[in-house]
Amino acid sequence: MAVRVDRYKCGYCGACVTVCPADAIELVGVCIEIRENCNECGVCVNICPVGALELENKG
Amino acid sequence: MREERYDVVVVGAGPGGSTAAKVAAEHGLDVLLIEKNQEIGVPVRCAEGVSKRVENFVSLPKECIATEAAGARIFSPDGTCVELSEKTARGKLAEVGYVLERKLFDKYLARLAADSGVEVRVKTQAISILKDGSSVKGIVVRDVSDDAKIFADVVIAADGVESKIGRMAGLETRIKPADLEVCAQFYMTGIDVEEDFSEFYLGNKIAPGGYAWVFPKGERSANVGVGIEASRSRDGARALDYLKAFVRRKFPEGRVLGQVYGAVPVSGPIKSVADGIILVGDAARQTDPLTGGGILNAMEAGKIAGEVVAEAFERKDFSESSLREYEERCKELNEKLTRMYRARLLVSKFSDKELNRLARSLEGVRFEELNARELLRELIKRNPRLLMSLAKLFP
Ligand SMILES: Cc1cc2nc3c(=O)[nH]c(=O)nc-3n(C[C@H](O)[C@H](O)[C@H](O)COP(=O)(O)OP(=O)(O)OC[C@H]3O[C@@H](n4cnc5c(N)ncnc54)[C@H](O)[C@@H]3O)c2cc1C
Repeated sequence: MAVRVDRYKCGYCGACVTVCPADAIELVGVCIEIRENCNECGVCVNICPVGALELENKG
Repeated sequence: MREERYDVVVVGAGPGGSTAAKVAAEHGLDVLLIEKNQEIGVPVRCAEGVSKRVENFVSLPKECIATEAAGARIFSPDGTCVELSEKTARGKLAEVGYVLERKLFDKYLARLAADSGVEVRVKTQAISILKDGSSVKGIVVRDVSDDAKIFADVVIAADGVESKIGRMAGLETRIKPADLEVCAQFYMTGIDVEEDFSEFYLGNKIAPGGYAWVFPKGERSANVGVGIEASRSRDGARALDYLKAFVRRKFPEGRVLGQVYGAVPVSGPIKSVADGIILVGDAARQTDPLTGGGILNAMEAGKIAGEVVAEAFERKDFSESSLREYEERCKELNEKLTRMYRARLLVSKFSDKELNRLARSLEGVRFEELNARELLRELIKRNPRLLMSLAKLFP
């Protein structure tokens, strides 16, 4: 998976869900889930109010 | 899969959803209201300020009100203060009137819905929608037992800022970062706050593209938060970083008893009906783009949605053209939101110097109505050149 969520930091606010252009993020209860169709654009990583998302270097 | 049938299913038990469900049930419809959280009103994602206009919608039990505010103070970056206070108390409707206890307020609204005959289910998430051709025919829900198909003639999607249900139905609800405010808030105690004033702090170093707020919640306590334009958020300069800096400066002695993170859509209204579905509240981007306030707009739109759905049942027509009556009746609200969106575009571009100048231009003015519109009008009057483009919006 391209984007990683740090569950300790995440405040489950749903901001990332709202901006995801690929519709690849879901908020289930207090858990952010990232789907396969994530295109690694990184928009969510920047806007997260706490910095709980990270683009994973798959290299 | 288990199958059930209702006249109307409402997704999301926030102020918009509970109001819509109640009104639809009062018109004799069989209504199901679902909420994905285990407890209605929790987690809170709000600063909890509303104008006293809330009383046009419900009579509030005491426990839903944390504080009654007499006024608001807006601070420019250099600390110049513009005060709006409700001097003639009764009769006037204040922009910032109460700081609510949303945990209790949201539950109270849901209880009113239940009392009107609405069936309420918590820890029940809508995971997809049912369609017949282009028309929405219900939703699939997931709860602690098995998934179930819930058929309904109309789905009211009041699912908040994420607005996934509308997207599933083909409405464009995604938001670009420039049209979203991302927020961080601490519930603080042990701080020196004036209990009956809400405070707003502007400035590009304090909250780029947004503002910081202090909304009093009882003795020596307050919701202290920051909202910034999401497009200006980056590593090291996130909403939480700005909040920490603000708190360090303003309330170094305070203690944090709660944290809240959230996002506020500030895009202005979007297309909010399709065959068999209506969007309400944050899901329909009905939040005020300038102030970020959305509780009352969600309730106003929820009421309209409930009424329009009841009329659609009389016509037995749930098509988009029948439900478009909703947008028709939201027109006044939507026009106001569109004006506020344009105002936001201008205001968010001001430099700190310009903000200071604007604040100083209001020195000595007494505002007795707590109203963003009145404030903008006065600003325009005093700064015709700077605010030429705003003047067209608020003639
Ligand atoms: C930090 C912050 C501060 C704010 N401060 C203020 C303020 O001071 N004053 C003000 O007026 N407004 C404020 N707002 C905005 C206000 O909170 C919203 O406008 C308001 O809550 C909108 O109500 P709603 O009913 O549309 O949506 P919400 O209150 O967000 O309710 C939506 C509900 O739907 C549920 N849901 C979502 N998806 C599903 C699903 N698939 N299935 C089932 N349930 C689902 C959610 O769990 C939620 O309970 C603030 C917002 C934030 C983030």
